[in-house]
Amino acid sequence: MTRGDATPAPLVLVVDDVDHGREIFAEYLEFRGFRVATAADGLEALEKAFELLPDVILMDLSLPGIDGWEATRRLKQDDRTRDIPIIALTAHALAAAHDKAREVGCNAVVTKPCLPKDLEQEVRRQLEAKTTE
Amino acid sequence: MVSLAHLDVLPPPRSRGGSVGSKAKLGLVSALLAEEEARPCAVVALRWLVRHAGVERAVCAVADSESGRLLGLTGIGVSVSSVDSFGLDLGDRAHPLVVALSGGEPVVFHDSSQPLLRALETPLGNLSFHAVPLGSSKEEIGPGLLLLTGLEDGLVSDDILWVAELLGVRLASLWYRRAQAEERRHKRERSWLFSTINAVTDPILLTDADGRILVANAGAEMLLTAGDDKREGWRRAVALNNMLFSASLFTNAAESGPTRRELLLVDPSEGKDLPFEVLSTPVPIRLGETGLVSVLRNVTDLRRATEEIEENYRRLRVAEAATRAQRDRLDLILNSVLDPILVTDAEGNIARMNPPAERMFTFPPGKRNVEVERRVRTNDAVFSSFVSSLYAGQARHWRRTLSLIDPQTGATVPVEAISGKVVSKHGEETAIVTILHDLTEAEEKARLYEQVKRHSDELRERVREATAELAEQNELLRRQAFQLEQASAMKSQFLANVSHELRTPLNAIMGYTHLMLEGVSGEMTQAQHDKLGRVDANARHLLAVINDLLDIARIESGKMPVQIERVLLPELIDEVMTEVEPVIAGTRLAVNRMLAPELPEIETDRQKVKQIVLNLLSNALKFTPEGAVSIRLEHERGSGEILIAVTDTGIGVAEENQKTIFEAFEQANSSYARRQGGTGLGLSICRRLAHTLDGRITLVSRLGEGSTFTLYLPSKPRTA
Repeated sequence: MTRGDATPAPLVLVVDDVDHGREIFAEYLEFRGFRVATAADGLEALEKAFELLPDVILMDLSLPGIDGWEATRRLKQDDRTRDIPIIALTAHALAAAHDKAREVGCNAVVTKPCLPKDLEQEVRRQLEAKTTE
Repeated sequence: MVSLAHLDVLPPPRSRGGSVGSKAKLGLVSALLAEEEARPCAVVALRWLVRHAGVERAVCAVADSESGRLLGLTGIGVSVSSVDSFGLDLGDRAHPLVVALSGGEPVVFHDSSQPLLRALETPLGNLSFHAVPLGSSKEEIGPGLLLLTGLEDGLVSDDILWVAELLGVRLASLWYRRAQAEERRHKRERSWLFSTINAVTDPILLTDADGRILVANAGAEMLLTAGDDKREGWRRAVALNNMLFSASLFTNAAESGPTRRELLLVDPSEGKDLPFEVLSTPVPIRLGETGLVSVLRNVTDLRRATEEIEENYRRLRVAEAATRAQRDRLDLILNSVLDPILVTDAEGNIARMNPPAERMFTFPPGKRNVEVERRVRTNDAVFSSFVSSLYAGQARHWRRTLSLIDPQTGATVPVEAISGKVVSKHGEETAIVTILHDLTEAEEKARLYEQVKRHSDELRERVREATAELAEQNELLRRQAFQLEQASAMKSQFLANVSHELRTPLNAIMGYTHLMLEGVSGEMTQAQHDKLGRVDANARHLLAVINDLLDIARIESGKMPVQIERVLLPELIDEVMTEVEPVIAGTRLAVNRMLAPELPEIETDRQKVKQIVLNLLSNALKFTPEGAVSIRLEHERGSGEILIAVTDTGIGVAEENQKTIFEAFEQANSSYARRQGGTGLGLSICRRLAHTLDGRITLVSRLGEGSTFTLYLPSKPRTA
């Protein structure tokens, strides 16, 4: 916690099977003042999500085992996690992958490569949208 | 003439009583009654006398009142011809036999004076005989005489007298009945005769020499007789008619043969004049007297008939003239037909022909030409044979191909002969009309047709082969297309995968670079910072290339989504200008916008148009070191297209490069382009996108002077 605010900083769950992917976004977001948790596959993502109930989830779609689409579907079907905004992260540039992500409940889709600051902007946008609801 | 005085004629002694039995007598009576004719009766009686009364020869002669003669009827012991030729005039009252006949008593003619007997010329010759009158002695002149020879002792027995009386009565009775029948027949015939002449409507009269009317039929009576019941006018007309008729009779009295004259009478019932033609023929009416039979023929009708005949004759003349006119017209028609036409009469002779027929079937005028005449005769023979076969047949119409010869050239002329029988109302065949149609042309056509058909068949066969080949090729192409489709899908998938696999490491490169540049990992020297900036720029360039490649792949595979909407282009230009504002700010270029007024909205994909314009404008800014860049918007009223032209005063494109510049990775001045950071895919994408929107991009440029890229867009894509 770099800032000594009364309210705790928002918790972001970063899900990505690629280590450097996880590392870049986690490090940058922490640098920018967020609390960050990470998961390397779908199953871990679900466990962490139900356990920590993060404020935003960054979900890579291509995951071993339970993939990002499936994990998102389960989270959006569960009352505890339904309202958590999920930002899909994908290296798929084709529209089909994006459409499928929105279908299962992703609130936004971001294409990789993605500059960390651009991702931060999207996270903040989702958090603002959530508080104004 | 035989005088009785010279004959020894005495009444014979009468025998007493009858020796013949009543049974034989009864037989005679019944035999006589059984016969209905005079001659058989006489024969029966004579035979009876020969058998029962001692008579040897016998002749029966009868008085014929019509001719006034005594005639032989039959005889026994004498020749038939002598009986038939026997006859004497009853008017010769002094004749011994006439005396005997009228005496009522038997008379004996003795043979003592034979020359006298011969002079009597009886069938008995010079034999002495008894003449016994027939019938009862009360009659003045009996019905006839029996001349008998061989009587014993010259005695005339009672039996002979009885037979004479009996035969006389029987013959008288037969004659009476015959006279009556005759009378009835006469009456009937008379009545028929009257009916006949009355049935003739023409008046018929028989007049005697004094002009008195002896016989008149109903028609004549109507004109010449009037009963008291007729009115005055009628009777006067009849009197006048009698006068006129008598006068007319006497004017011709001297004539001996039939005469003819006119006679004007008056119709008693209507008072009209009746013109008659009187035909009179003299006829004997009594001994030495001649009468006249006159037939009056009413010529009123005759006159009317004459007039009618004249009228008919006039009509006939008119009809004849019409027929002639029709015939002339027909000739005109026949002559105008180019095919030969011939009319053949019932005997098979050619009655008429038109000039084309004459050319084939007649000798040409002028100098004789043996060869031509031979051909004409050949044609004639061919045609005659054809026509005669038609007369023999039952068909009304006939069609056959004949082979004639052109008399002038000697060329064979195939003709189709079409004949029709002309049949009168009574079913009589009066003529045959034949038209000859020259088949030379038709045969030539048929030949050509065959040729064309053969070629056509060959062609069809070739087409069939070609079609089969084409089908094969099609099948091959279809398979290839399927393979290509599969290949294309695989390519797209490959590109998508490549893109994905490139993006992941690029994300790491760009991410870490970013972290370091942001100072997340601590402070760096200026040189480190600059070098990291170069890494970032190259990573961004690589990302742009990857994105452009992906775009091309998407367009080519048809997976580029197109969203058509109504677009106001000036607004879109404003947005583009705003986006490139930072770039413009970094140059010293003058950028102009030239928007034509009243630009219509168009239907297109807003995002793609924006991408194209942005690309063109970026290129212009990139490749123009100094001068000006302008963007111009116009509406082509003719085609309805909107054009967006981007003009610069930049480096331009050499003519040899202007075609290839739209290909992928073609940048005319590569080193310069690289310095400017282009991917080399922009124009390629722009052209592909323009095509996707049914538009096009053109280039006008001169090296070193500048370029104008123009995007043409339809008011609405065809596919929308």
